[in-house]
Amino acid sequence: MSLISTLARLEAVSTGRAHAAATVRHRHLADRPLVFVPLTTAGEAGAPLGALVGTDRDAPRLLVVPQPRDRDLRFVFLAELADVVLPYVEAYADIVEAAERNETDPETGKRVKVEVELCADAPQLIVPSRAGADFVRLLGRSMRFRRTAEQDPETPHPAPPRVPLLGRWLTHFGERARVPGSALLLAMTDVLSRHWATGQSTLEDQHLGALLAWIDPPEGTTGAEAALRAELARDPQGQLCCPPAGPATDPAFDNRLLAPAIERYDRARTALAAAEDGLQADDRLGDLTAAEREIRALVESRTRPTWDAVWRGLDLLRALPDGAHVEERWTRDRWSFTSHRDRVLAGEPPQPRRDDAVTAANKLASREREQARLDAQEALDDPLVMAGRRLAGEAFAGEVTDVVMAYSEGKRPSPRPLVTVRTDDRPQLGERAKVYRSLGGKPQAAEFVGYEDDGALVVLRIVDKMGRGKEPETGSVPEKGDRLCFTLFEHDQRGGAKLPDPENTPWTHGGPPGEATAPAPDPVTEEDVL
Amino acid sequence: MTAVFDPGAEAARATADILDDTLNGQARGVVVDSPPGAGKSTLVVRAALELADAGRPLMVVAQTNAQVDDLVLRLAEKNAELPVGRLHSSDADPYDKALDDLPNVRKSAKAADLSGLAVVISTAAKWAHVKVDEPWRHAIVDEAYQMRSDSLLAVAGLFERALFVGDPGQLDPFSIVGSEQWAGLSYDPSASAVTTLLAHNPELPQHRLPVSWRLPASAAPLVSDAFYSYTRFRSGTDHGDRQLTFGVPSDGSGPDRVIDEAAESGWGLLELPARHTPRTDPEAVRAVATVVRRLLDRGGAATSERSPDPAPLTADRIAVGTAHRDQAAAVRAALAELGVTDVTVDTANRLQGREYDVTVVLHPLSGRPDATAFHLETGRLCVLTSRHRHACIVVCRAGVGDLLDDYPSTEPVQLGTLVKFPDGWEANHAVLARLAEHRVEWRP
Repeated sequence: MSLISTLARLEAVSTGRAHAAATVRHRHLADRPLVFVPLTTAGEAGAPLGALVGTDRDAPRLLVVPQPRDRDLRFVFLAELADVVLPYVEAYADIVEAAERNETDPETGKRVKVEVELCADAPQLIVPSRAGADFVRLLGRSMRFRRTAEQDPETPHPAPPRVPLLGRWLTHFGERARVPGSALLLAMTDVLSRHWATGQSTLEDQHLGALLAWIDPPEGTTGAEAALRAELARDPQGQLCCPPAGPATDPAFDNRLLAPAIERYDRARTALAAAEDGLQADDRLGDLTAAEREIRALVESRTRPTWDAVWRGLDLLRALPDGAHVEERWTRDRWSFTSHRDRVLAGEPPQPRRDDAVTAANKLASREREQARLDAQEALDDPLVMAGRRLAGEAFAGEVTDVVMAYSEGKRPSPRPLVTVRTDDRPQLGERAKVYRSLGGKPQAAEFVGYEDDGALVVLRIVDKMGRGKEPETGSVPEKGDRLCFTLFEHDQRGGAKLPDPENTPWTHGGPPGEATAPAPDPVTEEDVL
Repeated sequence: MTAVFDPGAEAARATADILDDTLNGQARGVVVDSPPGAGKSTLVVRAALELADAGRPLMVVAQTNAQVDDLVLRLAEKNAELPVGRLHSSDADPYDKALDDLPNVRKSAKAADLSGLAVVISTAAKWAHVKVDEPWRHAIVDEAYQMRSDSLLAVAGLFERALFVGDPGQLDPFSIVGSEQWAGLSYDPSASAVTTLLAHNPELPQHRLPVSWRLPASAAPLVSDAFYSYTRFRSGTDHGDRQLTFGVPSDGSGPDRVIDEAAESGWGLLELPARHTPRTDPEAVRAVATVVRRLLDRGGAATSERSPDPAPLTADRIAVGTAHRDQAAAVRAALAELGVTDVTVDTANRLQGREYDVTVVLHPLSGRPDATAFHLETGRLCVLTSRHRHACIVVCRAGVGDLLDDYPSTEPVQLGTLVKFPDGWEANHAVLARLAEHRVEWRP
């Protein structure tokens, strides 16, 4: 944890309210995000119990699996989920704008500009917590290799038509969420704790109720009191007043309310199946419907508070102005969305179960680049974030006290002005360290020359962005009295080296992965047909 | 009766086997594990010279520019006639200026300019940008345990066969973003190059250098037990072969007493009162700086197998190691206040591969309220406690033992990954137990 976040947390403890950790919003928020609050069944990985989903905060769609171990009911749930999510996603797929992309011409091997479509906007999925994002990934994994009756008439348990496609999209959302700074799939707790520092640990910050209690405590209470209540307070029936944001449910709820309700449902179903005539069946169908309604009410009672909390979090975040680079990062999300749309349209198979060596290395490299870029952009967009970097010795701000013109040696001398900056910061400048400042949105580099006046004055030599002539272009050299901020980190990231194509994977990494074959569906296991 | 261990002969036999496998073996790769100070660089230089003599075009992959420059200088020292290419980046000041004085070293930012030279050396990052039609016959990959699997993937197409040399006990490569999704895959891009290489080619011959020439007899058993418990090594020198003496007697202060203890036994622990502190704990930082100041002031002299006459303990023979960069910066500032300038102060990552007479270490867990995976990493402590030829002085707050007991390692075990053993928790305890025998309590 950085020094500034420790200080902010201490401040939050002493004031009883979360402290701002950012002055602008560092993640894009869509105008019409799709909020998804899923619940899962205890004891069985990936068995959904129900969900609230939708784009209208007043009218969420409630989906429930009354008997979570029944595969047919689970498919019904997933099909209903597909009916909500896919139209939302596909609505963004059709509105496109023209864009250019650099591609390698397969014949000449040269980089050429190609006209392509770019979706004008992209869908955004919001889940309450990081565990919710993992659940999206798990749902995606469990669906994308399913076969529908149309794809494979022989398959013993065909999936409803749009379920594999939903699996591919959820997989894409889940995978994209691993890219730092991306916003296709956001976990509300992560975004909120990026923007506020609370007086509790980062682990406790993953409880959406407690986090919101710190950020916006009810009138007359402190954040600590409100957070404690959100975590622990129970009603006279022993149920948590603020149910966990899921997808896991509270064991007290499972044992005392859910299990008996599911049991009643099972009994009603068995009784219906054993009905001997139409009249009896009608009666028993009524019992079954009542039992199902009861479970629906239970699921709604546990998801609705979370649903409201997510929207409250969105309200809080929307009150912050957009960071300057947020739009640029969202554009990359749009590219990601567009290219997956293209893969689906082109009839490509679902994402493989495991990345091959080259894909994995490429993903890791691009995520590291994105992380470095995000760290730099957040600091440039937000003086409070930059203050943290300054405190850590990774940047310094101050006033220019002197500028001396100097030139490089050589046949064509170029300007290399010496700039002296007075600063109270303590940057960790090594010998000839490179520093950067933002000049009209572009980084200008300088070299550390030395300290003067016991470290209060930093002497720098500006080395670029001054034009080609002997005299620097106007405005490209700092002037006496300018207040500037230099960073020790680079503002932009260079692209990495190109890795070999997967079919040229070297012997050290197991050689080429072999012919791409259509992935087989997941084998049916005993658990699938309980 | 056990045979008498002759370190020189053992090391020579291991080196001969390695060179034989490299020059005459059939396998595409040879892996050499080298404990701290076991002559890894010497081996690399020798293998390079022999491969060049055999007329095989050789590329050498190192991890940092400093390592590359160092190798070029060592090669030139052994054989000034050998045509060597130094492939460098196109940044300003891409290589050590000392290379300009070597007539047979050609430097370029383009691989094509260096074709035909017997040996071409560069960093993994630079090699990754090189494209060739005809791969090199042979490569040497230095510090292969510190190289990430994905950077090996980027360069492995450039050579047919390779010698991989490295120290498995030092810091593992790291990535700044999570890579759990690939954990357990044989080609996990965040794993070390050797892990991936051996997962795919388990039949490759693996060798080990058995003797540490750097670590004194007082340190080798501890470092070997704590960090290399399945691949033990010995020190090349015996007790009494090395001596550290001081002209100025102790003034009785904590720093002086710990210096005497370390001079006598090879280890010293300067223990400050227990306290939770920020990372740049001002008292501990000042204690580190004071110890260094006293080391210099007291006229230290080191006698060893290299120099039977006492060699003065100068600033360039002392290093300070820390876990974090801000700690290093704080120590540098404190040293400057005491008028000490030429002592190396750096983090474990940057001290890898370096050697000093005396090291002063700020314990990674000193003053911490918690023990994270970063601070428990085996390699970090291993690097910090294995840089010295004579003595290592650790400065630490009391209570680290309790801290360790409060924080047993809880990293999730991932299926299919090799569990590192001993883990950092165990290694920390082993080192701490040994240091406790050489403890000097001090209240500054």
